[in-house]
Amino acid sequence: MQKSLLIDPGKCTGCLQCELACSYDNEGVFNPAKSRIKVFNFHDQGRFVPYTCTQCDEAWCLHACPVEAITVDRASGAKVVADDICVGCKVCTIACPFGTVNYNQSTGKVMKCDLCGGDPECAKACPTGAITYVDADWTGLERMRTWAAKTDAGQRATA
Amino acid sequence: MKYVIAGAGPAGVIAAETLRKADPEGSVLMIGDEPEPPYARMAIPYLLAGDIGEKGTYLRKSKNHYKDLRIDYLQDRVKKVSAKQREIVLDGGGRRAFDALLIATGATPIKPRVPGLDLPGVHHCWTLADARAIAKRAKKGADVVLMGAGFIGCIILESLLSRGVTLTVVEMAERMVPRMMNDKAAAMLKRWCAAKGVAVKTGTKVTKIEKSGRGLTVHLDRGKPVAASLVVVAAGVKSNVGFLDGSGVKVKQGVVVDDRLQSSAPGIFAAGDVAEGPDFSGGWSVHAIQPTAADHGRIAALNMAGHPARYKGSLAMNVLDTAGLISASFGRWDGVKGGDFAEAADKAAYRYIRLAFDGDRLIGALALGLTDHVGVIRGLIQTGVALGDWKQKLMSDPHRVMDAYLARAYA
Repeated sequence: MQKSLLIDPGKCTGCLQCELACSYDNEGVFNPAKSRIKVFNFHDQGRFVPYTCTQCDEAWCLHACPVEAITVDRASGAKVVADDICVGCKVCTIACPFGTVNYNQSTGKVMKCDLCGGDPECAKACPTGAITYVDADWTGLERMRTWAAKTDAGQRATA
Repeated sequence: MKYVIAGAGPAGVIAAETLRKADPEGSVLMIGDEPEPPYARMAIPYLLAGDIGEKGTYLRKSKNHYKDLRIDYLQDRVKKVSAKQREIVLDGGGRRAFDALLIATGATPIKPRVPGLDLPGVHHCWTLADARAIAKRAKKGADVVLMGAGFIGCIILESLLSRGVTLTVVEMAERMVPRMMNDKAAAMLKRWCAAKGVAVKTGTKVTKIEKSGRGLTVHLDRGKPVAASLVVVAAGVKSNVGFLDGSGVKVKQGVVVDDRLQSSAPGIFAAGDVAEGPDFSGGWSVHAIQPTAADHGRIAALNMAGHPARYKGSLAMNVLDTAGLISASFGRWDGVKGGDFAEAADKAAYRYIRLAFDGDRLIGALALGLTDHVGVIRGLIQTGVALGDWKQKLMSDPHRVMDAYLARAYA
């Protein structure tokens, strides 16, 4: 069964271990600015919200790419950017309605979560279980799916 | 079913692939008029900059992609369409019958009526052939004039600079990228370009180009003439609809299509830069952008194959990298009557954001120097989510757009 990241903001303490693990594994540096998962801090409510790509079925990023640089990893289901093909045009960064594809100025390419090849570092680094990697059926991504459906320009057949 | 696709750009290729999936038995013929495998015009600036080779511009990388999918790719041009006879006539003389036809013939650059645009050394930057010609002349130290500082002009600007040329940009309008930027953002962009050593002349027209010695002289309606060994013309594009005269297909700016991407002639569809389709922000528009071409191609193909799919409309949006300064525009950034705006600018840092609202909904945005999570702007606009108390928070700090999204739509 395919797995996905399950995020429970209620358990997040804002320690940023996930961002450090992500940037180190993917970019070789401990730099939250280079992380593909971001923890948003709602100061006024004392609340933290970890946020990253849900590997959505619509895959706007993949369809918008003019040079076939984003493909689906068959094993994990992740939408993966091939750095050697990406030209850095950034169209995927405006096409993704979740804002989870970002431009990396230092490489001139875009970057997004690729589930670390099926063994996500952020989930392993999270000390409170706010980020877990579980069977896809359990994640209850309904809210994001609804959001996706609303943004959908009408890609799916109605019949 | 016999499917014919006129055009081999992103809309045509995605339609062909979708047709193959939706109707495994049908025959799919895709016709392109350039002597290249299907490629992305969007990748040309990166080819000119030397970041990629020509193969890097190809839409699909595997060698036998089209053959494997049983998509016939014919290099020819559609000369005439007959809706009644359900056939097309090709430049090469042949005819092809169709059960469903997709018009995905894209756009061509506009050639302003300026004497001298046919001289050697004057090029558009639209095709791979154009790119090869430009690469020959845009050598280190060469004087280059770029005519037009619209969206395409500004993207080419970067690749020309990276080749080490001395660049003068001439734009007729009073500001750069007039269709995706307001005065404030455009002024920042102009200042940025000047700091990179580009001479930007806005509110200036090219009146004539003349041959002089081994090069060219570009005459302007104000100021001194500029010497150049290469002139690149980027004065906008127009939909390729000329071959549809007398076809029975309704054409305005582009081929007018309904929410199934079908034209006025049953069985004839249109997609991409040539299609004037439902606009998310209201009415019908030609949105000559990659995401629209991809959506159009897929939805048109589903309908062609008899799987009804409706299109909710394209959102005008662009992202532009002009010599390192990244800008983006979405939807109705110019606002609507009675709507509010939120704005924040940091001139020294070349950062600017402007949000446009209708009531408590986001309807458009401009951003300069901001790249993180910009996609949520599209999401917020297209879902039409009510921002509630977050509208006031955005009015006082428009940079909090990601927080607003998380608060109102996610967490």
